[in-house]
Amino acid sequence: MRLVLFLIGLVLLPAFARAGDPSNAYSAFASGDYDAMAAAVTELAAAADPHAGAVIAALQAGRLYATEDGALLIRGDDGNYTDLLSGKPVAADEDTVKKIRMNNAVRRAVEAAEGGLQLFAADPATRRAAAETLFKSHDTAALSALTRARAKERDPSVAEAMAEAEAAAIVMSPDAPEAAKLHAVAVIRARGDLEASALLASIPSPTPAVAAAAHNGIVAIQRVLQLWDVAESVFYGLSLGSVLLLAAIGLAITFGVMGVINMAHGEMVMIGAYVTFVVQEIIRAHAPGLFGASVVIAVPLAFIVAGAIGIAIERGLIRFLYGRPLETLLATWGLSLVLQQAVRSIFGPTNRDVGTPSWMSGALPLGGLTITLNRLTIILFALAVFAALMALLRYTSLGLKMRAVTQNRAMAAAMGIRTPWIDALTFGLGSGVAGMAGVALSQIDNVSPNLGQGYIIDSFMVVVFGGVGNLWGTALGALLLGIVNKFLEPFAGAVLGKIAVLVLVILFIQRRPRGLFPLKGRAAEA
Amino acid sequence: MSGVSGSILYLDGVSVSFDGFRALNNLSLVLAPGEMRAVIGPNGAGKTTMMDVITGKTRPDSGAVIFRTDTDLTRLDEPAIAALGIGRKFQKPTVFEPLGVHENLLLALAGNRAPRHALFARESAAERMRVEELLDIIRLVEHRHRRAGDLSHGQKQWLEIGMLLAQEPDLLLVDEPVAGMTDAETAETARLLRDINRSKSVVVVEHDMDFVRALDVKVTVLHEGSVLAEGSIDHVSNDPRVVEVYLGR
Amino acid sequence: MMRVSFATLAPPALVLGCAVLLVLGNVVPAASSPFHVPIFAVSLTGKYLAYAILALALDLVWGYVGILSLGHAAFFALGSYAMGMYLMREIGRRGVYGNATLPDFMVFLNWTKLPWYWYGFDHFAFATLMALVVPGLLALVFGFLAFRSRVSGVYLSIITQALTFALLLAFFRNNMGFGGNNGLTDFKDIAGFPLQADSTRNGLLLATALALALAFLLARFVVLSRLGKILIAVRDAESRTRFLGYRPESYKLFVFVLSAVIAGIGGALYVPQVGIINPSEFSPANSIEAVIWVAVGGRGTLTGAIIGAVLVNLGKTYFTSALPDFWLYALGGLFILTTLFLPRGLVRLFEAKPVAALSEVPATKARAA
Repeated sequence: MRLVLFLIGLVLLPAFARAGDPSNAYSAFASGDYDAMAAAVTELAAAADPHAGAVIAALQAGRLYATEDGALLIRGDDGNYTDLLSGKPVAADEDTVKKIRMNNAVRRAVEAAEGGLQLFAADPATRRAAAETLFKSHDTAALSALTRARAKERDPSVAEAMAEAEAAAIVMSPDAPEAAKLHAVAVIRARGDLEASALLASIPSPTPAVAAAAHNGIVAIQRVLQLWDVAESVFYGLSLGSVLLLAAIGLAITFGVMGVINMAHGEMVMIGAYVTFVVQEIIRAHAPGLFGASVVIAVPLAFIVAGAIGIAIERGLIRFLYGRPLETLLATWGLSLVLQQAVRSIFGPTNRDVGTPSWMSGALPLGGLTITLNRLTIILFALAVFAALMALLRYTSLGLKMRAVTQNRAMAAAMGIRTPWIDALTFGLGSGVAGMAGVALSQIDNVSPNLGQGYIIDSFMVVVFGGVGNLWGTALGALLLGIVNKFLEPFAGAVLGKIAVLVLVILFIQRRPRGLFPLKGRAAEA
Repeated sequence: MSGVSGSILYLDGVSVSFDGFRALNNLSLVLAPGEMRAVIGPNGAGKTTMMDVITGKTRPDSGAVIFRTDTDLTRLDEPAIAALGIGRKFQKPTVFEPLGVHENLLLALAGNRAPRHALFARESAAERMRVEELLDIIRLVEHRHRRAGDLSHGQKQWLEIGMLLAQEPDLLLVDEPVAGMTDAETAETARLLRDINRSKSVVVVEHDMDFVRALDVKVTVLHEGSVLAEGSIDHVSNDPRVVEVYLGR
Repeated sequence: MMRVSFATLAPPALVLGCAVLLVLGNVVPAASSPFHVPIFAVSLTGKYLAYAILALALDLVWGYVGILSLGHAAFFALGSYAMGMYLMREIGRRGVYGNATLPDFMVFLNWTKLPWYWYGFDHFAFATLMALVVPGLLALVFGFLAFRSRVSGVYLSIITQALTFALLLAFFRNNMGFGGNNGLTDFKDIAGFPLQADSTRNGLLLATALALALAFLLARFVVLSRLGKILIAVRDAESRTRFLGYRPESYKLFVFVLSAVIAGIGGALYVPQVGIINPSEFSPANSIEAVIWVAVGGRGTLTGAIIGAVLVNLGKTYFTSALPDFWLYALGGLFILTTLFLPRGLVRLFEAKPVAALSEVPATKARAA
C-alpha cells in the first residue's frame, strides 16, 4: 500500500511541483528535531499540501534525503535524486546528502497522516482502505481530515467507510459532545463486525448514556455475528453436502434404484477426476488459451468415460450377480482394487495437479461471509446435476423405462422393454454421474488413486440415511449430513465431528432402518 | 356386532394404510373357539395384511385385535404372539430348506426358545415321539431324512402345516395352502385341515373355490380392506356384490 | 450334539501338527541343515494362524447366520490393542524416555499421568481378559442396536463398515491415548519372555495353533448344536423362525458376540508376533480382505475359513515381495473370480457329495423384482 502511494506520489509529483507552494514546514525535516518533524508531518497532512504525499511516502520508504543546505531530495529506485519541490533531477551522492530518519513519534505521525492523505487519493479502493485503516487506528488526529474527505466523497460505500472511521475517532476523542458520541455509537453499531464490537467495548470514560448505548450495541453486534457464524456454517455445510450429494447421487441410482451394491463407485468418481487431469494436460500442451474451459470440457467427457466403464462393469460382472447383493458387494470391491491399481500403474501413485480455472477461483464477500467461488460453483453444479437427473427420470422415455424396470421387472419385460439394456444404461448413468462428480472433486481434493475410497462410506451413509430408492431423500440427506458435520466441527474438531456423524447415522438407522423417506408397503419388502 | 366374549379372535375396526393406500379399512371379524373360517377375496383385498396384523408383523393404525378375549395382540411382536399359540403358514411354502424334514419339525416343537437352551439341547425321547406323530399326520414318514429343500411343492406345504402343528397353537392362520397343488393333494389337504380343526381354530385364506366348498365352513369375503359378505359358501356365492367384485359371471 | 468325527478332529489336529512340526524344524536341526526352519517362517505362520482365527470368527457370522460383517477386523484390532497395551506397560523403564509407568508416546505428548483406561494393563491376565471383553462388549452393544431394529443384509454390512471406519478415525487421534498414527510398538517381552527370542516365538506359534484349534472346536460345537440349526433357519428364513416363536435377534446377538470374542483372541495373539499394532488395522479394507479369505475357502464350512486365510495370505506374502504392483490386481481378481465362479469356495470343490446338507450356500436366488 505504501508503495502504491509512493508511486502515486511520483506520478503526481511534477504537477504538484509546478504548483509550487513551499512551506516552512519542510525545513523541519532537515532540522533533525523529531518533535518538529512530527508536527510538520501533521501540519502538511492537515493542510493537504500538494507535496505532502510525496514527502510522507518518501519518509516512510526511507527515500527522503536532505542536502546540507536543507533542500529535500527523493532518492529513486535507480539511485538518482530528484528535488522534492521542483521535481528536477539533482546530482548528489551519499557523501553530500543525509538520510532523514524517524523516531516512533514521527512514525506515528506519518502513519496517521498517510491514512489522512489517502482519503483524498484518486482510486476509490485506496480511499476505502484508508478509511478502514483509520477506523482500526481510531486516531482522533485524523478527525478533521475524515470530515473533509467525507464531505467530498461521492462513492456511497466509501463515504460509509469514512463515516464509520469518523465515528470511531469521535467515540475515542475525550472532548466530543455526548450527542455526537451517541450518534457515532449508532454508526459503529450499524457496522456490526467484531472490530466494531471491540471498539464499543473500549470507549474511554463514557457518560452513562454512551456506556448504555455502547453496551446495547455490543449485544446487538454479537447477536448479528452469531447469525453470520451460523450462516457461515450453513454455507460450509452446504458446500460439504453438495460434495456428498455429487458423490452419492450416482450411488443413489445404482444402489437406491437398482439395488446394486457398487463398491467401485468411488473409483468412478476417481476416474472422473483423472479425466479432468488428462483434459487439462492436453489443453496445456496444445491450446493453453482454452484452460478456462477445461473443467467444462471435462464434465461431459468424464460422464462418457465413467458411464462407458459402468456399462462395461454391468455387462461383464454385475449382471451375473443380480439377486446376490453380498456377492455383488465383494466382486465390485475387488473391481475397485483393480481399477485403483490400474490408475496407479498408468498415472503413478502420487497426487496429480489439477488446476482451477480463473473464473472459479477467488471469493465473493456477502455480508459477513466470504463465499469462495469454487465451492459456490460446486454447490450449483451439484444442484444442476440433481435437477437434470430428476428431469431425466421423470420426463424422458429412458427414465420411464428405468422406473418401470425397477418397479416391476417381469411386467416391464412383458411390455417389450429390453430390461438387460435398461439395466446397463441405468448403471452407466449412475457411473457417469459419479464421473461428473469426480470433475468437481478434482477442484477441491487431491487427485490420487485413493480419491474414491474416501467417499464410498460417506456416500453409502448418505443414501441409507436419505432412504434407499428415494433421490429426494438422497439430496436432503446429503445436505443435512454436510451441515450437521460442519456444525459439529467447532465443538468436536474435524475428526471427532466425522466420527460423531457416523455414529449418529448408525443410531439413526436403528430408529428408522429404512431412512428418512422410506418406501412403504409391499414394494419395500421385495 | 357380537362381543369379545366367547371368541378366540376378535378384530374390531382395524385399519392399516401404506403411503395413503388403505390395505385394511375398518375391518371387523370374530372367530369362535374351534371354528374354521375361510377368507376369500380378490387380490389386494387385504387378506395377507390381515394375517400380518394378527401375527404382529404389521401394526394397525387403529382398531383392536384381541386373542382369547383378553390379550391385545397389537402390543406384541411376532415371537410373543407365536408363543401365545398362534401359528402361521405363508402363502409361499417356507421351510428351512438346508435342514432335514425331521429337523424342521424338531425346531418347530413347542418348548424353550432361548439361545442358551438351544446351545445345549439334546433331542429327548418325548420330542422324537412327537415328531414321529407329526410325520404321520402330514404323511411324510418315509421322507423324514430328506432335505426339506428337496421335497415337492405339495410336500413342503404339508411340512409347513406340520411345523405349525408342532408349535401346538390354538389358532392356525393358513395362507393359500393349496396353491400349486394337484387335485389329489388339494383333496388331501382339505381333509388334513378338517382333521386339525377338530382340536384347533383355523383361518384359511384361499382362492380355490372348489377347495373352499370342500371345507364346508363359514366364509368371509374381503374387498378393499373390509368385509363385503359373510355366511355359508352358497350364501356368499349368490350375493350379487360378491359376484360382481370377485367371482365374476 | 457334536459327534467326535473326522470332520471335527482333523482340522485342529492338522493345525496343531503343522505348528509342532515347524517348531521342531526350528529347534532340532542345526541352522545349516536343509531341514532347518528359519524363525521368520515360524512367526509368519503364527501370523497366518492368527488371521485364520479371525476368518473362523467371520465364517461363524457370515456362513451360518448370513451377517456379512465388513467390520470384523475391528474386533481383531481391539484384541490386538488390548494385548499391545500390556506389551507397552511391560516395556517399563526400557523405553527411550525411561519412564516406568508412562509409555514413550505419552511422555512425548507431555502427559504426566496414565489415563484411567490404561490401569490394570500391566497384568497379563487382565490384558488377556480385556482382549476378549472389549470386542465382546462392542459387539454386544452394536449388535443389540442393529439386530433389534432388524437392520440386515447389505445395510448391516455398510454400518459395520462405518463402525470400523469410525474406530479407524478415532484411533488415529493422538489424544485418544493409544499412540495415534504410530500405534503401539517397540515391545520388549511378554510375561517375562523376550519377544525377540526364538523360544518365545516358537511358543507363540504353538499358542496360536492351540487357540485356533480350540476356537474351531468351539465353533463346531455351536454350529452342530440345535442352536446352530436355528442359526441356519434364521439365515435362510428369518421371518419363519419369528412366527415359530424364536427371536432371531437373540440368536444373532449370541453368535455375533461369540464371533467378536474369537476375533479378539486372534488379535491378541497377532500383536506379539508382528510386533506392532496401529490404527490401519481398523481400515475397512482389512475387514473386507478377511471376507475374501472366507469366500475363497468356502463359507459356512469353518475349515474353509482356515484354509482360505492361510492360502490368501501366503499369496499376499509372495506377491507383495515378488511383484508388488501385481498384488492388488491379484487380490481384486480373486474377489471377482471367487464370487463369479467359485461361490461355494475351495473346500466344496473337492466335496464328493453335491449337496452339503447342513450348511450349503443357497443357490442363486430368484432375481428380486
